[in-house]
Amino acid sequence: MDRLKVATVWLGGCAGCHMSFLDLDEFLIELAGKIELVYSPVVDVKEYPENVDVCLIEGAVCNEDNLEILHKIRARTKVLVSFGDCAVTGNVPALRNKLGLHNVENILQRAYVENAQNNPAIPKADGIVPRLLERVTPVHEAVSVEYFLPGCPPPADRIKALMTQVLGGKEPKLEGANLKFG
Amino acid sequence: MAAKTLTIDGTQVSAEEGATVLQVARDHGIEIPTLCHLEGVYDVGACRLCLVEVAGIAKLLPACTTKISEGMELKTNSERLQKYRRMTLELLFAERSHVCAVCVSNGHCELQTLAYSHGMEHVRYDYCFPKWKVDVTHRLFGMDHNRCILCARCVRVCWHIEGAGTKNVSGRGASANIINDLNQPWGQSDSCTECGKCVMSCPTGALFHKGSTVAEMVHDRDKLEFIVNAREKKQWIV
Repeated sequence: MDRLKVATVWLGGCAGCHMSFLDLDEFLIELAGKIELVYSPVVDVKEYPENVDVCLIEGAVCNEDNLEILHKIRARTKVLVSFGDCAVTGNVPALRNKLGLHNVENILQRAYVENAQNNPAIPKADGIVPRLLERVTPVHEAVSVEYFLPGCPPPADRIKALMTQVLGGKEPKLEGANLKFG
Repeated sequence: MAAKTLTIDGTQVSAEEGATVLQVARDHGIEIPTLCHLEGVYDVGACRLCLVEVAGIAKLLPACTTKISEGMELKTNSERLQKYRRMTLELLFAERSHVCAVCVSNGHCELQTLAYSHGMEHVRYDYCFPKWKVDVTHRLFGMDHNRCILCARCVRVCWHIEGAGTKNVSGRGASANIINDLNQPWGQSDSCTECGKCVMSCPTGALFHKGSTVAEMVHDRDKLEFIVNAREKKQWIV
């Protein structure tokens, strides 16, 4: 049997979920024998490939780039997993939604002008710096998602539990404290 | 008092007239999830998690405020109830901003625990992101309205255990919120005795001790239980 084509992607999040993935320790070696990691922040592949079996998505949908790659991922992937609280709930990145309709201008002003010591200016470079969306959303508000892996970050054991089920050809099902947010 | 006979999940039980469905179920080891219920204060049926099915009644009824009656047939854990409980939990999460990862009560939160024990792996509704404030004007305690689920436990312990009457609910529906005295900053309340019972009673991280950070807020619920036990059973057991 061909090895399972797995991708991981990092949208609006802190990379903590990916750190937790690396925390799988020796299970990573077992995993390496059973999957082909076709796209990931830890793999040097620039373009999201076709025919991916499973993609773990870290982070909330915060900017235009996030949204664009998400649609590409959905079109090219069989199974999407919202990986961690930002992807599942919006979590901390979505707190800016509270600031209302002009939250984008307000937070950029605060971060890049009011708190800047040198060269206060809002970064603008079309095609290089992606524009922020007016409203940060969890992944499933933008595209359909098959499974959810909550946690901030999901502990390595929880990731292992889900990946083991996926590799065993089972419908992943986490229960009880394995679904704890935070 | 007269005894009543009823059926809970197919088991015949008898209990004293005047007892609630919740009391009788718990006395017989049948667990019904609750969030606004707190031992020692009266029930208000605010959270809707303890809804049960009663044969012959189309509406679901809250176990905490429904009194038992002769021949009552109850279901406490049907598929229909599980569906509504999960929905209720999701709506609670969607209504305000519950961000477990940065909450003082992470790991000690009744809402968080109920969510995962009911299989809530995500919220299907759009989050509302309402703009609520944080009141840190009190010398000892803080109130983050973003984490409040309006269970009114704090109001009930304040009025009926401490007898101060500082906390109240103002407004209706989604704009309802907990206030102090005549809607003043907590720190300017004349009636607050600084007893901290509201903080002990809170199921989430809405009420907290100042200075506690993520996951540090433990509610010391046993202090409340001690007072209630002393009052109701005249037993002063630590």
